[in-house]
Amino acid sequence: MTEFTYAIKDPNGIHARPAGMLVKECAKYNCSITIDGNGKTADAKKIFAVMGLGVRSGDTITLTFDGSDEAEAKAHISEFIGKNL
Amino acid sequence: MQTLKGNSVCNGIACGKIFFINKSSVNIERKPTDDIPKELNRLENAVTKGIDELEELRQKTEKSADADTAGIFDTHILMLSDDDFTNDIKSYITENKVCAEYAVSEISKKYVQLFRNMDNAYLRERSRDVADISERLINILSDTEYNSLTSGNVIIAADDLSPSETAGFDREHVMGFILKGGSATSHTSILAKTMNIPAIINIGDALTPDYDGKTAYIDGSDGKIYIEPDTATTEMLENKRIHEKMRLEELNKLKGKPNITKNSKEIMLFANITTSADVDRIIDNDARGIGLLRSEFLYMDRKTLPSENELFEMYKSIAEKMDCKPVIIRTLDIGADKKTDALDLPYEENPALGWRAIRICLERTDIFETQLRAIYRASAYGNIYIMLPMIISVDEVVRAKEIIKKVCSDLKAENIPFKEIPVGIMIETPAAAIISDKLAKHVDFFSVGTNDLTQYTLAADRQNPHLSKLYTAHHTAILRLIKLAADNIHKEGKWIGICGEAAADNELLKLFIAIGIDEFSVSSGYLLSVKELILNTDLTGYTLPNELNI
Repeated sequence: MTEFTYAIKDPNGIHARPAGMLVKECAKYNCSITIDGNGKTADAKKIFAVMGLGVRSGDTITLTFDGSDEAEAKAHISEFIGKNL
Repeated sequence: MQTLKGNSVCNGIACGKIFFINKSSVNIERKPTDDIPKELNRLENAVTKGIDELEELRQKTEKSADADTAGIFDTHILMLSDDDFTNDIKSYITENKVCAEYAVSEISKKYVQLFRNMDNAYLRERSRDVADISERLINILSDTEYNSLTSGNVIIAADDLSPSETAGFDREHVMGFILKGGSATSHTSILAKTMNIPAIINIGDALTPDYDGKTAYIDGSDGKIYIEPDTATTEMLENKRIHEKMRLEELNKLKGKPNITKNSKEIMLFANITTSADVDRIIDNDARGIGLLRSEFLYMDRKTLPSENELFEMYKSIAEKMDCKPVIIRTLDIGADKKTDALDLPYEENPALGWRAIRICLERTDIFETQLRAIYRASAYGNIYIMLPMIISVDEVVRAKEIIKKVCSDLKAENIPFKEIPVGIMIETPAAAIISDKLAKHVDFFSVGTNDLTQYTLAADRQNPHLSKLYTAHHTAILRLIKLAADNIHKEGKWIGICGEAAADNELLKLFIAIGIDEFSVSSGYLLSVKELILNTDLTGYTLPNELNI
């Protein structure tokens, strides 16, 4: 299991489009990926759950990866988030 | 017969059967069932079909160059694929022993509520996406699909339209739009204007789904809707329609006539276009040139910047089609409100006052030079002009012209043929109008952008429906600025144009001609009516209002 934390920069928080893109990226990996933010936990592969976090700009989120390809997933997803959120 | 009233965004008379979509206000019937596996199966098939439809729509919009809309469909696909949502619907069917349609509508309400309660305004608006995918499922389940439009002429009625609905329309059979809400800049309004069909918005709660399937006439000239009109009304409207048709025929007779006022002043009447696809239409409507080629179109809705060759081919084909008539290319007017994935532009609080147009071009000279090279290469094939947008200072013009000079000397060194091109600027900021005496010495022409000049001078956001009363080009401040710019450029023996629909206003057109405006550029649909106004303009005994002199 591995994780990283990130502070959201996008002024709209995680809204529909980035949420969709993030879910799509996460779905490429076999390991389980969860997001903790705004006092809630969500499955990062499910769009309603991710949008339902209601994460806003400045909020800190923690992503946890658990599974065989967790290292690869973490590297890719952290890069993706840095660029898009 | 019943009559409804709203605001018209596009003129004309249309007749058809009302087709009410977004039936969110209609209650789906709660049909009990004993065959639960059958309902679960229907739901699964509907979800698969929904995803297929969305995939098709996404590809269609991606091709027709609307990446934002395509992105929305991506989100919709993910929502339909999310088993949190579908499992909730399945549980509802199993637990309550009801038909799939009803379960979808109930679960949809729950999710819509979930989003509406969020404290993030952006996410609250996403409740619309949930409603959109649920409607799609219900439509598939109950087989009342949008495609039944092909069965005859229809008038689309809705609370408001989502992008997926507007993209999915069969344009052959849609005669008009009537909406409860909406604004002049909404998807529907823009679509109606492009399709040139009547649309009436802001009708309010009087527009109910009860009208679904009823025959109606809509009259874009006064924003009225007649549902199941009586014989006398039908006759009146048919007469009006014939009259409009005759008027169009009359306008068509003006084609080919020179644009000369009663006082023998010749006016240049040009057209605004966005793409080479518009050229045939404007030539047919007798445009004598292109007064505004919105060149940003080729940069939007794509992931990479266009190459020099791609731009060159487009400019060349337009210049050749226009056959030596002027083609005024406005250089890239992109910015925070007109975003493109090809450029990583930062988010801005105040995009209209932000990093846009010439401000980007003078910093990203790589992008600017590529466009200028393409323009100069195309100049050998026609009569091209350059127009710089969003100018506020002499310095910007000087710097832009230095870059132009460099591009020309490069082309020369490479032995690529090109012509000398007149360089003008847009007068769309109060600053440019106020220092127009200085600017006039550095450029070959001015073109007033009335929309932005009005928004900036009156500090009134043109996209805000609450301000539509404030937002008017008739304001003395605007007219003074235009007159100031016209006087200053004429002192240098150069010309000035106006691009924008303000020219289609009879009163303003007369005033503009009296001020000395030499050129007007309007969208295709206005060309002939403005031509008629020019031909009828008689300034004998007309004096400009005193208040226009500063």
